[in-house]
Amino acid sequence: MFKKLAISTVAAVTLATAAFAAGGEGHIEDFDFSFEGPFGAFDQNQLQRGLQVYTEICSACHGLKFVPIRTLADEGGPHMPENQVRAYAAQFDIYDAALDEDVPRKPSDFFPESSLENAPDLSLMAKARAGFHGPYGLGINQFVKGIGGTEYIASILTGYTGEEKEQAGVTFYENTAYPGGWIAMAPPLYGEDVEFADGHDNDLHHIAADVSAFLMWTAEPKMMARKQAGIVGVLLLTLLSVLLYMTNKKLWAPYKKKH
Amino acid sequence: MGGIPHDHYEPKTKGQKWLHGRLPIVGLMYATLTAPTPKNLNWMWIWGIVLTFCLALQIVTGIVLAMHYTPHVDNAFASVEHIMRDVNGGYMLRYMHANGASLFFIAVYAHIFRGLYYGSYKAPREVTWIIGILIYLLMMATAFMGYVLPWGQMSFWGATVITGLFGAIPFIGESIQTLLLGGPAVDNATLNRFFSLHYLLPFVIAGLVILHIWAFHTTGNNNPTGVEVRRGSKEEAEKDTLPFWPYFVIKDLFALAVILVVFFAVVGFMPNYLGHPDNYIEANALSTPAHIVPEWYFLPFYAILRAFTSEVWVVQIASFVTGGIVDAKFFGVLAMFGAIAVLAIVPWLDTSSIRSGRFRPMFKWWFALLVIDFFALMWLGAMPAEEPYASFSLIASAYWFAYFLVILPLLGVIEKPDAQPATIEEDFATHYGGDAAKPAE
Repeated sequence: MFKKLAISTVAAVTLATAAFAAGGEGHIEDFDFSFEGPFGAFDQNQLQRGLQVYTEICSACHGLKFVPIRTLADEGGPHMPENQVRAYAAQFDIYDAALDEDVPRKPSDFFPESSLENAPDLSLMAKARAGFHGPYGLGINQFVKGIGGTEYIASILTGYTGEEKEQAGVTFYENTAYPGGWIAMAPPLYGEDVEFADGHDNDLHHIAADVSAFLMWTAEPKMMARKQAGIVGVLLLTLLSVLLYMTNKKLWAPYKKKH
Repeated sequence: MGGIPHDHYEPKTKGQKWLHGRLPIVGLMYATLTAPTPKNLNWMWIWGIVLTFCLALQIVTGIVLAMHYTPHVDNAFASVEHIMRDVNGGYMLRYMHANGASLFFIAVYAHIFRGLYYGSYKAPREVTWIIGILIYLLMMATAFMGYVLPWGQMSFWGATVITGLFGAIPFIGESIQTLLLGGPAVDNATLNRFFSLHYLLPFVIAGLVILHIWAFHTTGNNNPTGVEVRRGSKEEAEKDTLPFWPYFVIKDLFALAVILVVFFAVVGFMPNYLGHPDNYIEANALSTPAHIVPEWYFLPFYAILRAFTSEVWVVQIASFVTGGIVDAKFFGVLAMFGAIAVLAIVPWLDTSSIRSGRFRPMFKWWFALLVIDFFALMWLGAMPAEEPYASFSLIASAYWFAYFLVILPLLGVIEKPDAQPATIEEDFATHYGGDAAKPAE
């Protein structure tokens, strides 16, 4: 009896945990990202393109206040050369209390905060939203598709229908991905909003995916190292399990003679 | 141990005798490791080791996390991000600590339900059981306060809701709530005292774990048959038992290693699966999340808390009888704590003289229903407070109490138990074969 119960325990914990993410559901498209799955990795070029989209468009209102600019040089991330990172940092000013004036940022400084009060900080956005909750709000599909924060962002960026409405002096835009269907953010991307130096596709679908991938990196910069640790852990512990299984079998053999 | 005859440690050399006469610590370790253990223990007896491991994991990772964490409302969220980004291996420490809490609760629930099925709470093991429930209560307090520390939206609003429960207690509730919070609302004082207590309580738990082990080493382990180890002579006892080391240590470590494979897969590949996305949004007292949901391990009791609304007739009667002192909110709080209290007093609610559920044909079904009920409550706790979930919650909560307060007392009287094996040796031979009468060589 307990064997059955143990199996159902695992299943039911899964069911119950994921159930919480209910709410007015928008439609989330399942984008393919290179970093999905245990062996998936960030695409360095995509992160750099995403950074460009972020810098030219998103950063007009949003910030990344938890992300140190120096991490742009990190391996497993955009992995930009040091001099480029230094040049990138210098485009943003920061107030220096000692000099009592604004000075260019250094790589050791953080990205600027949101400049618009109601524009949320994007540092952790890819982890602060769940794209997938199904079926029936149980969240089992997260096992297959992932939690879906990146898909959520990409779907928002591509989900505008073009409809607008005014409510209490605020304009809302219809968006198929946003819970409730109407979002206060004007469509930020239309396609071909940025020109990539390498001539990569810049239609709406591509740039939305690129900037979403970049925001996954800002939210989880150590993802590659984490997966690596996970793989090593799983392999070593599997080996240990096998060894302990054999030890245990041999140890008990004199007492268990049924077969 | 437990009056089971077995060898004792004998100091041989002069040095050993010197130490033994002053502090018999080697003897204590010897007695712990050689403890005669029923040899028919099945795979549900591995959770103790898993739980001990979890406690050690949480304390070790927690101590290192505390070195880098800042318990201040302005810096807490950012310091967690600092751990995730800049501390060497910090992302692994934090994800192991967060998911370690979930593993801890999976193990404790398995451990508790194992005890409920095999009657491990029955005489003479009531004290072991009650200490266990105390550990479980402290685990919940520790986990709750730990979840507040990252200072995300769910941290803040979870703390607001849960401390609000204490405010529902008539007359003294508001004072208790203020004491818990260190002020009128969740703020810096709350974060500081929660951090302090979150660091303290695990060591209290460790102390209680020692008492828990001491208690069941005094009575001897229960086992799947519920039949006691024979204590007539050492030879007889040795037919029923094997020493804890190496037989059960290796077996338990094997189980632990398998569980850790799954644990590392979760930490490595989906570390946020069991968390709530909203907790990656910094706490904001001006913006309430759409659904405030506790961590999964609190959900069954959260469902019981919410089940008793003012429309329920039991609540209305209670309110009428007490002249409104027991309102729906307070009733819910009483029900939630009552749901744990009935666990604590189950040794005196179960009237059956048979210990193990294996030989109780009717009990088996009611117990299976209790397990289903527990998961149903867990699911309902995560659902919004609206129909049909509210009605389901009420039914599921009612069954939880009915099982402990009505079914267990009655079953002992009306149930006709199946035949039990005479000895553990006999049971072991049935399950695993072997000429159990032959000694170990």
